Amino acid sequence: MGNFVANEGLSVFVIMVWLGINAFLFVHFYMAFLVERWYYTRVLLGQALPWARAPAACLNFNCMLILLPVCRNLLSFLRVYSIKALHIYNDIFPFSLFLVAVHIIAHLFNFEFFMDAQLNRNTSLLTFVLSEIGNGDNASFLNPIRTNETNPTIVMFTTVAGLTGVAITLALILIITSSMEVIRRSYFEVFWYTHHLFIIFFIGLVFHGYARIVRGQTVASLDTNKPQNCSDMFEDWGKNGSNCAVPEFAGNPPGTWKWVLGPMILYVCERIVRIYRSHQKVVITKVVMHPSKTLELQMKRKGFSMEVGQYVFIQCPSVSRLEWHPFTLTSAPEEDYFSAHIRIVGDWTQALYEACGGDKNEPQEAWKLPKVAIDGPFGTASEDVFGYEVVMLVGAGIGVTPFASILKSVWYKRIQNNQDVFTKKIYFYWLCPETQAFEWFADLLQSLEGQMTEKNMMGFLSYNIYLTRWKEQEAAHFRVHHEAENDPITGLKQKTFYGKPNWDNEFTNITSQHPRSKVGVFLCGPPQLAKSLEKQCMSHSAADVKFIFNKENF
Amino acid sequence: MGKIEWAMWANEQALASGLILLTGGIVGVAGQFRGWQFAAYAVAAGVFVCLLEYPRSKRAKGTSVERTGQYCFTVCVKAFGPLTRNYYVRAFLHAAICVPGGFMLATVLGCVCLGIASLIYLAAAIRGEHWEPILPRKETRKPVAESIKNPPQNPPPRPPPEMRRKQAGDLEKSAYDNPMSVTDDE
Repeated sequence: MGNFVANEGLSVFVIMVWLGINAFLFVHFYMAFLVERWYYTRVLLGQALPWARAPAACLNFNCMLILLPVCRNLLSFLRVYSIKALHIYNDIFPFSLFLVAVHIIAHLFNFEFFMDAQLNRNTSLLTFVLSEIGNGDNASFLNPIRTNETNPTIVMFTTVAGLTGVAITLALILIITSSMEVIRRSYFEVFWYTHHLFIIFFIGLVFHGYARIVRGQTVASLDTNKPQNCSDMFEDWGKNGSNCAVPEFAGNPPGTWKWVLGPMILYVCERIVRIYRSHQKVVITKVVMHPSKTLELQMKRKGFSMEVGQYVFIQCPSVSRLEWHPFTLTSAPEEDYFSAHIRIVGDWTQALYEACGGDKNEPQEAWKLPKVAIDGPFGTASEDVFGYEVVMLVGAGIGVTPFASILKSVWYKRIQNNQDVFTKKIYFYWLCPETQAFEWFADLLQSLEGQMTEKNMMGFLSYNIYLTRWKEQEAAHFRVHHEAENDPITGLKQKTFYGKPNWDNEFTNITSQHPRSKVGVFLCGPPQLAKSLEKQCMSHSAADVKFIFNKENF
Repeated sequence: MGKIEWAMWANEQALASGLILLTGGIVGVAGQFRGWQFAAYAVAAGVFVCLLEYPRSKRAKGTSVERTGQYCFTVCVKAFGPLTRNYYVRAFLHAAICVPGGFMLATVLGCVCLGIASLIYLAAAIRGEHWEPILPRKETRKPVAESIKNPPQNPPPRPPPEMRRKQAGDLEKSAYDNPMSVTDDE
């Protein structure tokens, strides 16, 4: 149940906790490199050392988090619907990118300083003396650059840390550029396949610290060479009569795997579950080609159960073995099949359409229909709808799809199950730029209208359809048929409106019709509409009537 | 992946590479690293690549989305004609620009990214894609709809004078059939 303030508050709270953890990790690991053990390392590197290690710790945390929202079966199993995956990619990802930049720039300085120490070959410089340590056994050294006959670029390509670093950064950049909205929306396959570079990313990340290139003084060595006392007497280290032995260094064991191993295992489990699901038999019981380039698939699967407003991922192996695409379920839980309405907009949907015989004129035999696999259902259960006495549902364009499920379900509950549904009145608004997309939804509304008339319940559902764009010829037709009983476009008794709704009027109207009630407002549409509806909810909520805006992403 | 216009992805990659090259160059110069001359070059090269790649090309199919404020860049890039239109030129240009970046650690990442962008542009060029400027559409006046006819050029056909004189008195007799149809939905 979402109270407007509580909804907003929860998101803000989660973000503050996440930022707080990041801040804590940053400061904690920064300070961890200011201790005695790292004294000599800091002689070589200065503050660039902690500046590289601190973001690395935060990155461990964020890389751990980023694998979790994609484990959709796991989240579904845990009944976790409120984690908004979008938060992850809108907040965590750019922040991690920033951390990556800081980390890389700090390491650029580190490499430069390490190289400087080898190049200034003057035994009266502490940096050079420190760099010479470990030349004998190649184990207790501090400076990972062991000779002056090299340069940072070569060093980077010949160390495990450097090589993995370049590989994973490259993978990250390719993932980012192929995930830009332009590419994602128009060339989904490029986005999808390139995104699998994340496997390389995580493997490289785990091995990034393998060679223990960041080295500090060993605990044993701290006993024989205390930096505060001995750092000035570096020319006498190890000599007879000196209190200071030559310091010895070792690297930290790699720590990233401790953070990401758990989520990686969870992700592997997730993929296994998906493979299992893809082998569960799904039968297409009916295929309907709607005129509006919409393909309706009605399916059955053993043991399938859904809630209103959920979505499934559909895979069709004959079209593509690797692609799973999400579609909102348009059937109600009370029906004995589940359905999705799929708009034909790209390669995959076009191929699915052809595989189902869409381009042929005669009906297809059932055995000719392609095999499909279903993963899901997932997503926010919109059961909240049924908790309000008065409900305003607003769908823009294709955003009306989840409402098909809700409307049908409310209807079934009210009529067929004879349940006393708490919801007494539904105001439904559908904003659409063009008439073609109406067809299948108009059918639904027509049948609902017919049934309501039969049961004398015309007042239950009040729907308002708004055409936001029209052509000159159509306008003339509307004017002429203004007085007709049924709407010239939809054939419904309630007329189509033109232009955008006057929300102020609508809200005022509802306030006057339903004093002393809580009205739930549900939207599936663009963010600008969300903002304006939110404002209306806030301004029209008074002492007796409260509008509660539900900003669920269906 | 049939209908992908590779140039769109190459463009994003190249723009990102330009930024990375620029950042690496700034770090190299500001930190006075060894080989800072390469870093200075990278700053210039990064800026150049960003300017070249900022204006998106018009897509062969579908709606093109401009980047904010790209119009003036479009005009500049368009001025170079075939040099910027052809993606083979861009592929080789990026390959050449990226090479000096490989000589210094700070700019190596930008170099590799730009190299990858160059390869994607090569793929685009082989598939016959080319750069088209996105120009604002000129508003064409919509042609007047068919139903609006030109005003009549000739006066309406009228019966001979003797019939007209009878109009006032006798309505039935003065009625006549028009030789031409005068309904308005032809």
